[in-house]
Amino acid sequence: MKVEKDLLYTNDHEWVKVEGEFAYVGIADYAQHSLGDIVYVELPEVDDEFEKEEAFSAVESVKAAADVFMPVGGKVVELNEELIDEPALLNTDPYGNWMVKIELANKEELDELMNSEDYEKFLAEEE
Amino acid sequence: MMHPYIPTTHEDEQEMLKVIGRESIEELFSDIPEEFRLSRELNLPGAKSELEVSSYLNSLAKQNRSLSEMTCFLGAGAYDHYIPTIVDELISRSEFYTSYTPYQPEISQGTLQYIFEYQTLICNLTGMDVANASLYDGGTAVTEAALMAVSHSRKDEIIVSKAVKPEARQILKTYAHMQGLTVVEVDLKDGVTDLEELDSKVSDNTAAVIVQSPNFFGIIEDLKATGEIAHKGKKTVFIASVDPISLAILKKPVDLGVDVVVGDAQGMGIPLSFGGPYLGFIASKNDYLRKLPGRIVGETVDKNGKRSFVLTLTAREQHIRREKATSNICSNQGLNSLAATIYMVTMGKEGLKEVALQSTKKAHYALEKLIASGKYKPLFDKPFFKEFAVTSDVDVNKIQESLLEENIIGGYNLGKDYPQYENAVLYAVTEKRTKEEIDKLSSVLEGI
Amino acid sequence: MRKYDKLIFELSKPGRKAYNLPELDVEDKDVKSLIPEEFLSDEELNFPELFEVDVVRHYTNLSDKNYGVDTGFYPLGSCTMKYNPKINEVAARIDGFANLHPYQAEETIQGALRLMYELDESLAEIAGMDKMSLQPAAGAHGELTGIMVIKSYHEKNGDHHRNKLIVPDSAHGTNPATAAMAGYKIVEVKSNKNGLVDIEALKAVVGDDTAGLMLTNPNTLGIFEKEIKQIAEVVHGAGGQLYYDGANANAILGHARPGDMGFDVVHFNVHKTFSTPHGGGGPGAGPIGVKKHLEEFLPVPVVRKDGERYYLDYDLPNSLGKVKDFFGHFGILVRTFAYVLTMGKDGLRRASSIAVLNANYMASILKEHYYLPIDTIFKHEFVLGGLKDTLSEVSTLDIAKRLLDLGYHPPTVYFPLIINQAIMIEPTETESKETLDEFIEAMIQIAGEAEEDPQLVKDAPHNTIVSRPDETRAARNPILKYEG
Repeated sequence: MKVEKDLLYTNDHEWVKVEGEFAYVGIADYAQHSLGDIVYVELPEVDDEFEKEEAFSAVESVKAAADVFMPVGGKVVELNEELIDEPALLNTDPYGNWMVKIELANKEELDELMNSEDYEKFLAEEE
Repeated sequence: MMHPYIPTTHEDEQEMLKVIGRESIEELFSDIPEEFRLSRELNLPGAKSELEVSSYLNSLAKQNRSLSEMTCFLGAGAYDHYIPTIVDELISRSEFYTSYTPYQPEISQGTLQYIFEYQTLICNLTGMDVANASLYDGGTAVTEAALMAVSHSRKDEIIVSKAVKPEARQILKTYAHMQGLTVVEVDLKDGVTDLEELDSKVSDNTAAVIVQSPNFFGIIEDLKATGEIAHKGKKTVFIASVDPISLAILKKPVDLGVDVVVGDAQGMGIPLSFGGPYLGFIASKNDYLRKLPGRIVGETVDKNGKRSFVLTLTAREQHIRREKATSNICSNQGLNSLAATIYMVTMGKEGLKEVALQSTKKAHYALEKLIASGKYKPLFDKPFFKEFAVTSDVDVNKIQESLLEENIIGGYNLGKDYPQYENAVLYAVTEKRTKEEIDKLSSVLEGI
Repeated sequence: MRKYDKLIFELSKPGRKAYNLPELDVEDKDVKSLIPEEFLSDEELNFPELFEVDVVRHYTNLSDKNYGVDTGFYPLGSCTMKYNPKINEVAARIDGFANLHPYQAEETIQGALRLMYELDESLAEIAGMDKMSLQPAAGAHGELTGIMVIKSYHEKNGDHHRNKLIVPDSAHGTNPATAAMAGYKIVEVKSNKNGLVDIEALKAVVGDDTAGLMLTNPNTLGIFEKEIKQIAEVVHGAGGQLYYDGANANAILGHARPGDMGFDVVHFNVHKTFSTPHGGGGPGAGPIGVKKHLEEFLPVPVVRKDGERYYLDYDLPNSLGKVKDFFGHFGILVRTFAYVLTMGKDGLRRASSIAVLNANYMASILKEHYYLPIDTIFKHEFVLGGLKDTLSEVSTLDIAKRLLDLGYHPPTVYFPLIINQAIMIEPTETESKETLDEFIEAMIQIAGEAEEDPQLVKDAPHNTIVSRPDETRAARNPILKYEG
């Protein structure tokens, strides 16, 4: 499984890329791999607010469905609408395709996430 | 004892037990704790021969008085429409009725294709983008649509018109109560939904506005105006329950602003059968596709590029999404959707229209006839399709009894659900009723 | 087989018709004079135009593309694909049953009500319950109605804090979906290594927020929950109610009764256990049975008898309300009743005896050729975990597809979720030893092919009319209706 440096990760295999007061959120390689061919991505609406660990999206493959949870709380400011027409982008390049951009509610919550090294260890234990 | 459905002989039994390494079949039940093993026989009669079963069931059936010996003017959600002979003949092919849900597409293309055809016909009839493979009945379909709206809008208030079939509203209230949702009813005004009251009730808290057209009294509602009010709510879903046959002549729900259409298609090829099984349908605009409950069939190609059909978008459903699914529905009305499909294509473009027009014309003739003497008065003065209500000073029970004596099944007693309409009766007239039958109804009523 | 690949719409030709109605015999008024024009459609209906032979040939050809129990062996685990007796079909079509309006006067429907009443009593006896409701439309609908009964009971007791339902991890997907629909939160309890409910794990999750436990017994692995007494004690001890999912009732008819085991509510899938057809997905029926203390909460109406008179009782002040139009799937209930009469007490018990014998027989032989994760006495079904060689490139899906080539409907695959590569086999009692032996041979052949010629199995099916339709394509770009 690919793990990208400089991103933060959750136990549920979401990733976060922080840019100042904002952050991009997506799903990790492990998540897309275990789902298989992704056929549908449900996105929230701009201005929707979510708390940490609240489900903000659902991703479906032919035989599975998974909720995607907010790694940190925040308000949605932008959606990656390309995913609606081309959900397979999450399979081909999970780190290149963020799902939502959020305005961080509480930057301290970032401290609870794993860095790429910790996440790699976490994956190794999951195996 | 040998039984016609169980082929295992004593010899088979012994051979099989030997392979398993057991002495008796009883041993195979030794994992059930002794105290729960039934030590007596079930308190039921013993096995019966086919002749005995058939004779007993026929004797029960004879204690009923069926529509073949009586003339039916009763509707209220279940209708005596004509069913072409080929419908039952074709659905009786056992490759259809003895098969399971089409989970193995290679050997289920028959089922998958007719569901695809059914979805197409329901979409063409309603103007909607998508239809599912069926729901239990018209009443539960109203509720499923409401729950879809709740999930879509993330709001918890459902507004429903009192002109929606009473049982459908009762079902809605049952389910809503369980989920902690609020149901708000809108009163009637001259037999239709009071739109001013509706307007005062729609808010940003409204998940759905539900009306029925033709409504429970047979009256055609102003869906366009209703939809405009419903859509004042943010993300509010406008749901209409319809009689599918009426759509052969009435404007399509999609053109009137309806978001989700539901109804019961019993009138399209399914026998009355004392209330079921019928056929709930649901169709919606594309926006609600992912919230649509139940099975959906889609077209694709197989590995050799050949057109084929599969169950699709299954990740919405209970077997994958489990507690997060919009609905728990699994078994649906499969074979009845085949009956409706065969009915729709048999009647075709002209036939369904003719059924709708004949029903309308005969129903209007009947109303005219019934009120001619002045003894009975129309309860409402509104445009209707195939059902209408009349009221009088005559006691409803007296009416029903007098009709029954003349082998006529009278209409629906509206006072049961609407106390303000005591002594009002709702009559349904389909294309099957003849002028002679209508005239007789009228003369018996006059003679009371 | 004739190659036939048309959709009904592709047969349409303007001007044809497949129906005939009598001429209108009342005055032919212009519809615009009856219904205001603003309500009337000005478009033609987009329906095909065919003649009768078109329709008959088309659907006959479609039926040829199907496989039913009448075609051959259908060992679909958890679905009880037993033979659908023909007398049941005839019975449901008797004029006095098929042509009754549900709102007819009580004196004209005494036979129908009597049938329902007698079926109610028979099913209650089989389940060990006090009263049934025949109203639910299907198994999942029965589950929901049963759970609503439990919720109404807790509400009447003022136990509003009981908001959790416990569901084992081996449960059917409908269980958690049902619980959610009834407004409950789900607590999943893990199975132990024997595939049974782990009593200690159960003890750890029950509490004063427990509304109940939903249990399938025998469970989805085909194994009887031997510790059902302790399970019942734990759940009842915490104030919860015990729900019996009757999907697997074909294992215990006349041998054991859920009511005796401590269950408070039961549903039956009559389209499984009581031989009514699956109809390509429905309609079925899911009657529920309850113990005395829950009877007052059943949905209205219930069927009762007063002297010689049968009637529908709507007077249940504490009823949960209505869950369905009218009174249930009467046509399916007629078939159910015909089956119960035909089988009788001895036939029903024999059915379960042989269903269990057949499952154990198949398991005994197939475990030599496939991986059997839990080896025990089975009830009516058992679950294999794919090939013995767990590293084989041949998957359970491939095995299922290869069975199609050999003329069988495959077993249920990839369920229950707790068994990797699950193959769930339920032979039922209506199959002969010869049929079982032939199927076993086919399975052994495939296991051999998986070793010697894996590609053959991976490319299966080879001789069906279509092969492995592309499901990803169907889901990514949904085509859900014909657009010409």
